[in-house]
Amino acid sequence: MLLRLVFRNSSHTDKEVTEVKIRTFAAAAAIAALAITATGCSGGSGNESSDSGGKTLTYWASNQGTSLDNDKEVLTPQLEKFEKETGIKVNLEVIGWNDLQTRIQTAVTSGQAPDVLNIGNTWAASLQSTGAFMPFDEAAFTAIGGKDKFVKTAMDTGGVAGEDPTSVPLYGLAYGLYYNKAMFKDAGVTPPTTWEEMVAAAKKLTSGDVHGFSLAAGSYTENSHFAFINAAQNGADFFDADGKPTFTSDGIVDGIARYLDLMQADKVVAPGDAQYDNATQAINDFATGKSAMVLSQNNANSSIASQGMASDAFGVVAFPAPAAGKDIATMVAGINMSIFKNTKNKDSALAFVKFMTSEDTQAALDKPFAALPVLAGVTPSFTDDAELAKTFSDIYSNKSKPLPLVAAEDQFESTVGKAMNQMFATIASGGTVSKADIKSALETAQQAVEAAG
Amino acid sequence: MSASTAVKKSGPSAGATARRARKPRRAGWWLPYALLAPAVIFELVIHIVPMITGIWMSFLKLTKMYISNWGNAPFIGTKNYQVALDFNSAVGMGLLKSFGITVAFTILVVGLSWFLGMAAAVALQKVFPGRAVFRTLFLIPYALPMYAGVIAWKFILQKDNGALSHLLFDNLGLPGDKPFWLIGDNAFAAVVIVAIWRLWPFAFLMLMAGLQSVPTDIYEAASVDGAKPLRQWWAITLPLLRPVNMSLVLVMFLWTFNDFNTPFVLFGGSQPPAGDLISFHIYNASFLTWNFGSGAAMSVLLLLFLSVVSGIYVLLMNRRKDNA
Repeated sequence: MLLRLVFRNSSHTDKEVTEVKIRTFAAAAAIAALAITATGCSGGSGNESSDSGGKTLTYWASNQGTSLDNDKEVLTPQLEKFEKETGIKVNLEVIGWNDLQTRIQTAVTSGQAPDVLNIGNTWAASLQSTGAFMPFDEAAFTAIGGKDKFVKTAMDTGGVAGEDPTSVPLYGLAYGLYYNKAMFKDAGVTPPTTWEEMVAAAKKLTSGDVHGFSLAAGSYTENSHFAFINAAQNGADFFDADGKPTFTSDGIVDGIARYLDLMQADKVVAPGDAQYDNATQAINDFATGKSAMVLSQNNANSSIASQGMASDAFGVVAFPAPAAGKDIATMVAGINMSIFKNTKNKDSALAFVKFMTSEDTQAALDKPFAALPVLAGVTPSFTDDAELAKTFSDIYSNKSKPLPLVAAEDQFESTVGKAMNQMFATIASGGTVSKADIKSALETAQQAVEAAG
Repeated sequence: MSASTAVKKSGPSAGATARRARKPRRAGWWLPYALLAPAVIFELVIHIVPMITGIWMSFLKLTKMYISNWGNAPFIGTKNYQVALDFNSAVGMGLLKSFGITVAFTILVVGLSWFLGMAAAVALQKVFPGRAVFRTLFLIPYALPMYAGVIAWKFILQKDNGALSHLLFDNLGLPGDKPFWLIGDNAFAAVVIVAIWRLWPFAFLMLMAGLQSVPTDIYEAASVDGAKPLRQWWAITLPLLRPVNMSLVLVMFLWTFNDFNTPFVLFGGSQPPAGDLISFHIYNASFLTWNFGSGAAMSVLLLLFLSVVSGIYVLLMNRRKDNA
């Protein structure tokens, strides 16, 4: 409309020439306008850190409790304690999991970053490769109390092997198979110790609207984790020793097929789970009795309790491998802490990391966040249930394998995880996914990772 | 967006014409420039500079290795473009598929939105009691904050407890299982419906405004001559709305082809292949793999395509107008 107004108003004088001119102009204007829409979003601006006061730190915490506010409530007393001890004020921002990775990317790109932040430990190697984070060298480790104070399993996730890590462990997490005690008792089944037993139990427990299992089958992070764990049970790796992707090996295809079959062949997972894009939705189904089992990290306890399920109503066993497979039940999950390289408060940041990874603070935080200890020689305190604590400690120390510590790890998560989202979607809407389909999807994922590398 | 830019752009051209006519410099000659300056500066800072940055980025190997220090990113020429346009590779194939889906999406959304907008505008052309109520009602989707509107659709389209499944299967008793709307193949229909819902009130608004300027006596004359409503619409309404339609279709095409918010809010983090619209595809290509050079190259390709289409469209339309 406005384009037309331009034409009419400006064609009073010198009509011929102006008309042509304006017409070209209108075309140019339209082109400029869409150029803006097309590329506008890809711009970013370099900017220095906004925070330069020597005694104030900015800290991005990940969401560990039942809500962002809950995290704030738990962390604030600790931060006040830290300020009292050292005079350093900490500005806290708690960031949800949906946003954390993008926020970190933006911070890395723009340089407008916090001093200290939490990362998912599976991202450690990927983030290390950006060069935006401070490597913990000898001196830095001394400043935070030595490398040896950490559990080795946890410390190994800090970055690429053979280099100074750019993160240190903060909270330890592991996957466990949660089961509903009453439902198991009614069906006359015992907690499974092999994959086969688990499927048999799940089949028995599936009837009507109640399913044996609930899965976050639309969450690419959860899916990629279980692609990894199931492949690891088959002795297969997603990356070779040189860090090159090897997504299409038989062990991986079989592992993913086994996991998909929970919905496809065994039908012990509700098709609706394909829409669950975060783990909490699957846990809620478990807590409200819609499913008898759920796979979750140990921080599920708080979510389960918030849905009104008593803590003695469920038990946990290690996620079982097939009878002939390797006994791997989880990846080494958890949260690490990193310091941005361009921080102007390096000493304060190190003091803060030391404080957060001290025994006192860890003891105060492990319970509300249901985290496993990352400090050597510390007994788990995330639950009052001694048996539960023992089960998870055993899984974490003896049945775990770290996700590939390579720069392309995040791409593995997004490409393989998203491919699995689609496979579950296909199954849920009545289609079938064969091993050949899985292999070709993995080939596509691998090509995408190779193209980016 | 293009409309407002056009107004800004008309400024310098008007100034140029004025300058050609002038002999001695008049007092206050600088005033137009001073008035234009803020707009020009902001245009540069907000639009032109990021655009050029985007084009520059597309020639760099801007992966996560270099993201914290752009200056170090190696210049790799057209490598990013080669990857994006190699349709035998996974990346190129993905882009091509996404492009095809977006073309189908755009044709459906623009076509049906225009049709609905036109129907509503013509229906409300004559004065009748309650006309204002309908006008307001029809504009509600356009007035709602977009996120709120699309999130409401997200709830409506849930499989088991969404309002649509409830209406079709529980209330109307359709046989069979409730289907998924937001994953699998139905996702395309879902995103088309939501986009039409959002866009058609704009078409309605523009066409309604255009209809105000069509004199009623032409219709009276036509009906005296025995023209039925459809004929009247075809012979009077449509030609007289041509100027409005020209800009309207172009603007709707650009908005729809570039639509990012609808799929982003509707599908969340992982879009189903059937709803893989190109803006969202490029966003994923950049942010999931941290390969911003490749993402920028795809953006530039999109920009080129839309520039060519729009340029041809505008020139073609003007030529036809001159011949008429």
